[in-house]
Amino acid sequence: MTFQYAPAPESTSIVNIKSSNGLFINGEFTPGHGTPFKTINPATEEVLAEISQANQEDVDAAVLAARKAYDKTWSKMTGRDRGKYLFRIARLIQERAREFAVLETMDNGKPIKESRDVDIPIAAAHFFYHAGWADKLEFAGFGNNPQPLGVAAQIIPWNFPLLMLAWKIAPALATGNTVVLKPAETTPLTALLFAEICQQADLPPGVVNILTGDGETGRMLVEHPDVNKIAFTGSTAVGQAIQRQIAGSNKRLTLELGGKAANIVFEDAPIDQAVEGIVNGIYFNQGHVCCAGSRLLLQESIAEQTIESLKRRLQTLRLGDPLDKNTDIGAINSREQLDRIIELTKSGEDEGAQRWSPDCAIPEKGFWFAPTVFTNVTQAHRIAREEIFGPVLSVLTFRTPDEAIEKANNTPYGLSAGIWTEKGSRILAMANKVRAGVVWANTFNRFDPASPFGGYKESGFGREGGVQGLGAYLTSEETS
Amino acid sequence: MIGNDRVEVRKTHKLFVGGAFPRSESGRTYEVVNTNGEFLANVAKASRKDARDAVIAARTGFNSWSKATAYNRGQVLYRIAEVMEGRKDQFVADIQDAEGISKKKASAQTDQAIDRVVWYAGWADKYSQVLGNTNPVSGPFFNFSIPEPTGVVAAVAPQNSSLLGLISVIAPIVVSGNSVIVIASMNSPIPAITLSECLATSDVIAGNINILTGDPAEIMPSLASHADINALDLTGITDPELLTQLEIEAAGTVKRVRTAPTNPDWNATPSLSRIRAFTEIKTVWHPMGM
Repeated sequence: MTFQYAPAPESTSIVNIKSSNGLFINGEFTPGHGTPFKTINPATEEVLAEISQANQEDVDAAVLAARKAYDKTWSKMTGRDRGKYLFRIARLIQERAREFAVLETMDNGKPIKESRDVDIPIAAAHFFYHAGWADKLEFAGFGNNPQPLGVAAQIIPWNFPLLMLAWKIAPALATGNTVVLKPAETTPLTALLFAEICQQADLPPGVVNILTGDGETGRMLVEHPDVNKIAFTGSTAVGQAIQRQIAGSNKRLTLELGGKAANIVFEDAPIDQAVEGIVNGIYFNQGHVCCAGSRLLLQESIAEQTIESLKRRLQTLRLGDPLDKNTDIGAINSREQLDRIIELTKSGEDEGAQRWSPDCAIPEKGFWFAPTVFTNVTQAHRIAREEIFGPVLSVLTFRTPDEAIEKANNTPYGLSAGIWTEKGSRILAMANKVRAGVVWANTFNRFDPASPFGGYKESGFGREGGVQGLGAYLTSEETS
Repeated sequence: MIGNDRVEVRKTHKLFVGGAFPRSESGRTYEVVNTNGEFLANVAKASRKDARDAVIAARTGFNSWSKATAYNRGQVLYRIAEVMEGRKDQFVADIQDAEGISKKKASAQTDQAIDRVVWYAGWADKYSQVLGNTNPVSGPFFNFSIPEPTGVVAAVAPQNSSLLGLISVIAPIVVSGNSVIVIASMNSPIPAITLSECLATSDVIAGNINILTGDPAEIMPSLASHADINALDLTGITDPELLTQLEIEAAGTVKRVRTAPTNPDWNATPSLSRIRAFTEIKTVWHPMGM
């Protein structure tokens, strides 16, 4: 049976994209001093806007603005008042949620239903949650008088642009730090809209500074001597480079890096529910998710049946215009990322795994990749070891819980894992043995500001969200 | 009665790895003297190979120790304190020789060291109650966060607090279920060797605590880059160049790195900072439904 859907596009009239965009330094938009670059809509390849490239001069200016704001205003303000600014920001994001959602979808390529129902509401929730912490930090378990660190340099990826911004800025501000944030090169627009929110909130100048630019801007920011703390979300390779860069510097660091999560389905799991979770685990946001359930571990007795159900379900997914409210799979964020996905999936075929994708029409323009399933995957295959960061699922099987654990943990990563079973005791036993920072049972890819997020092993260190996340921005009370 | 002319039986000072006392596979030793420059002992000088062997032992130790119950871990730590108490006189003499301090001060350091073990022993079944919590998420889930041990930790004990500093590094690492390979103070390693004899006769799981003697500058780079080490405690590294080098090596597998503040105060009551540094927060979303 095939359903026909009439197009149901969300209107773009709500957004007002400036053709040329400055940097946000000390509360004002100012032209950058590097060579500007363009940000495009990955679904159409149309240029959306010209973006400033921050050079060393701009980085210096932004860090100086953040330092001054820290010394003169933000670190001296009461927690109660800091909190009220954060509450304001949360409300402003809610008020302009639709505008943020449309802009995010245009710049990123993700389906509007995701930016509308996940990215933007959780970003607002993150500010609301942290607002309440600002005047209660002495209750957070970091000593009687926890202190901010100073200026935080924050570098975020392109997969959840505004949400990652919220994960970074909300805890930093709540704890009394000031920030210089660099959004990803390909998704700067919602961060710039957020700068407008800061203006509308009358946030004191310099508390939040936004620098657009490429990796070079990020490197200059990390190396700046007046930065006290670095928070990075992105690839493990870049995280390692940052860790090396700041060796011996006393700068505090938190890293949220790559993943290769196992999504483990036991034979007693509700299969239909599990199939939904598998789809959500790897095809949510085109698989551009560091905690994506990219390795599906099926108990042998239900493997065949589950793969059949999964394939049937994938045939109903709608790939296409991200602004269409019925779209399930949007555009790949960039040509570069598409090339990487193509290269890795080719290696899957070359190494002997069996590839399958549903029939689905691929739009002529833009960057697209059909949802893909690999079966006959072994643990040695690159598609079972490397993070693909795309809508590509590698299926492996297991017989016993011990074998599932062995395979789940057979990776240098340790960000997340999924467990599907009707047995509560098995959930807790498996959760106990999986070496991963976030374990979802009978669900996947759930995020909440109250719930700490972050990895084990080479998926990074430090947590974002929850009471633990505050620790990343506070002095520790150590005497030895 | 034994006359004063009795020739004493001296001890061979060896490494403590996997619950055994091997010599260095390199066959090397180095001379340890007291603060007056008088000969004390030839102590095993661990090689990079010894360090790698210790990693294997520590990983094996971790696999059992991390599964021990919190109550059990607390009792094992407390047992260390019990055995140390019986060796007090030896520790005092060792510390006097090593640090050139008065008997009174050496005695105070020993008391403090034993009490420090007892302090951490008590944390074994409490730290996760303090560092962990439930999270009120918006959805039908029982969501909780708990600290778990990071894995195998390579540590460098402080150079100038031969017993108290050493035990203050070891105890917070192992109390949560980690294993440790610790390099003793290079100039004052003998209290550490005495400690290893206490560990061997308490209920510490083989490989859980491994003590090497030797030069951290020689041994640590290979541990900092070792893929089966999860975290570094660089408390005893004071040379900024070596510290930087080790932090660079650590990035290869994204190791957690703990350094100490300048002039650490080993007498002050510790915070949870050292326990926290070698734990990972795991968050579990457990479904709720009828």
